Amino acid sequence: MYKYDDYDQQLVDERVEQFREQVNRRLSGELSEEEFRPLRLMNGVYLQLHAYMLRVAIPYGTISTAQMRQFAYIARTYDKGYGHFTTRQNIQFNWPKLVDIPDILKDLSKVQMHAIQTSGNCIRNTTADQYAGASFDELEDPRPWCEIIRQWSTMHPEFTYLPRKFKMAVTGSPSDRAAVAIHDIGLRIRRDDQGDLGFEVMVGGGLGRTPMIGKTICEFLPKEDLLSYLEAILRVYNQFGRRDNKYKARIKILVHEIGAETFADLVEKEWVHIRDSALQLPQSEIDAIQAHFTPPPFEVLPSLSSVFADKVATDQAFAYWVKNNVREHKQQGYAIANISLKPVGGIPGDISHTQMDALADLADQYSFGEIRSTHEQNLVLAHVKRDDLYALWQKLDAYDLATPNSGLITDLIACPGLDYCALANSRSIPLAQRISNRFGELDRQHDIGKIQIKISGCINACTHHHVGHIGILGVDKKGQEFYQITLGGRADEHAKIGKIVGAGFSTDEVVDAVETLIDTYLNLRENKEETFLDAFNRVGEQPFKEALYDAR
Amino acid sequence: MTLVKNNLVIEDKWTFVGDEEDLPKTNAIVTLKRWQEDREALLARFDNLGIVLRSDENPQVIAEDVSFFQVIALDFPVYTDGRAYSYARLLRERFGYKGELRAIGNVLRDQIFLMHRCGFDAFEINQGGNKALKIWLDAQKEVTTFYQPTGDGRNTVLSLRERRRLAKSAS
Repeated sequence: MYKYDDYDQQLVDERVEQFREQVNRRLSGELSEEEFRPLRLMNGVYLQLHAYMLRVAIPYGTISTAQMRQFAYIARTYDKGYGHFTTRQNIQFNWPKLVDIPDILKDLSKVQMHAIQTSGNCIRNTTADQYAGASFDELEDPRPWCEIIRQWSTMHPEFTYLPRKFKMAVTGSPSDRAAVAIHDIGLRIRRDDQGDLGFEVMVGGGLGRTPMIGKTICEFLPKEDLLSYLEAILRVYNQFGRRDNKYKARIKILVHEIGAETFADLVEKEWVHIRDSALQLPQSEIDAIQAHFTPPPFEVLPSLSSVFADKVATDQAFAYWVKNNVREHKQQGYAIANISLKPVGGIPGDISHTQMDALADLADQYSFGEIRSTHEQNLVLAHVKRDDLYALWQKLDAYDLATPNSGLITDLIACPGLDYCALANSRSIPLAQRISNRFGELDRQHDIGKIQIKISGCINACTHHHVGHIGILGVDKKGQEFYQITLGGRADEHAKIGKIVGAGFSTDEVVDAVETLIDTYLNLRENKEETFLDAFNRVGEQPFKEALYDAR
Repeated sequence: MTLVKNNLVIEDKWTFVGDEEDLPKTNAIVTLKRWQEDREALLARFDNLGIVLRSDENPQVIAEDVSFFQVIALDFPVYTDGRAYSYARLLRERFGYKGELRAIGNVLRDQIFLMHRCGFDAFEINQGGNKALKIWLDAQKEVTTFYQPTGDGRNTVLSLRERRRLAKSAS
């Protein structure tokens, strides 16, 4: 994974001291809370309902074990012993004291981490496929490109006060696990007809109040032009994006209002001027960054592991975990292990400091000292020998990290909601827990099969509920929490916005409503292979609507 | 209000002139509207002319005219309105503007350095002289590492790395 050079380290160190000075000015009263707000936001410090919250960037979701142990230390020392992985592959600490935050940032800087631009109207952390470098269908590892973007976007003098926040995602595989189509800019690595690799550039995706799928404005961008093209997009957006209305300020609205073609023309006109500038990436720099992401020293292993096969045959619990959580790896004899942070009835994405430390040890032992975070609020050990899976699973189980529910109904995604968040209209976590408990029985989960439920506590849609197979949005209706359901969304390479199925449900009704949807699906599916989403796409919303509302 | 330029507090010799006001003899900063309406008259009369652009007035409209101005002032109505960062870079790096580029409006301690990186060289700071100068000097010291090439001439991390690579391959 990427290692800072002295320049990277110096910048982060300087930023820590700059922020320390800003915090001092706040604590001394020189800055009012209002004046301090944009400064703390630019460094990932939010003021939540009950306390400050610190959001730490995990660039493209790759974490070293030293970094994971530092998270554990921070959770233990400055927080209540746990952290929370977010839908943007970052981690949040919910209870730090403001006076401690400069020290936390200092601790993070010692393991090459920071909280720069994890909030504010600037370019945020770039996300990527959590299986980068491990997936068999990958054209190229997206992470070097994310790192190049990270550096270019870090404290960019021109793009620190954009009309609104700006998020990018990169995938190197045709099957899109990074949800690139719902980002302000989505990059998909592809080949042109000469066989060269470059980027398809999508722009203007996003959810929130006005959900939209990104539009391709460049079919094939040569790699060396990546930064000049991004700078052109951002410069157009910075000048012409709306600033009169916060809810219309994202780039998706600009692209929608002037049309993707006109937008692409503006970008093209800008790009002509800067394409051959110092933004053009020299091959030497691309090589140097890519050298940080060379594959780990895989062993040459046979395709069949008898140890593994034997354990799968004899240990049913292990076999379930393998079936649900283990994915194929590009390297023969290796596998990708998904670590669920969704124990039945638990808080999605939460992890204790003991679990973090344990996972760091396991990653050192079994996965080349590297861990990934996912936008589905889970973790991944990307390179595990099949021979080691059983031992790994046993140790994970000892720390309650072996929930065998990847991709199943209890692997649901939920924002912090009204339990923490100052923006929320409703609670998300208790609802996630109730749904998880309702469907927790594993046989039932297997019967239901692959399905994705996403719960957002407000229209800002942090969990991407619009692209959940079942999306649940909490709204406030005359002081009561209500939950609106959307169906048929998806975030993959066939990204689609789900449709609201009808009137919302009260806190008491909503779990039953989800169960009604699931029962309806089970009754009408053609066979067990037809997933909820497939069935929905075949029959449409009508049967679901009738089941939900006709009995009312 | 203090004008800081070239690490000094300087006396402001310029006058911002409203559209209805009479023009002073020299050193007037006029609005875009006035410039567009009275262009010939202004050019005939002035050696020293400046223009002020609001944040919704894109400097593209004066791209051909920049050599007529000794001062271009760009307004930050609120610090969160970041359009003028792009405008400044366009003026400096594309339209070839060489005169004074002045930041006015909500010009604050924690943005002033970004402004400088984008090409501003003069800052109207809403503080007394010593305080204003300190704000400028403090803001310069905080960060010395830069990833982005702008027109400000500072070495970027990439250029430093390239230099290192060259030195390494030469030795």
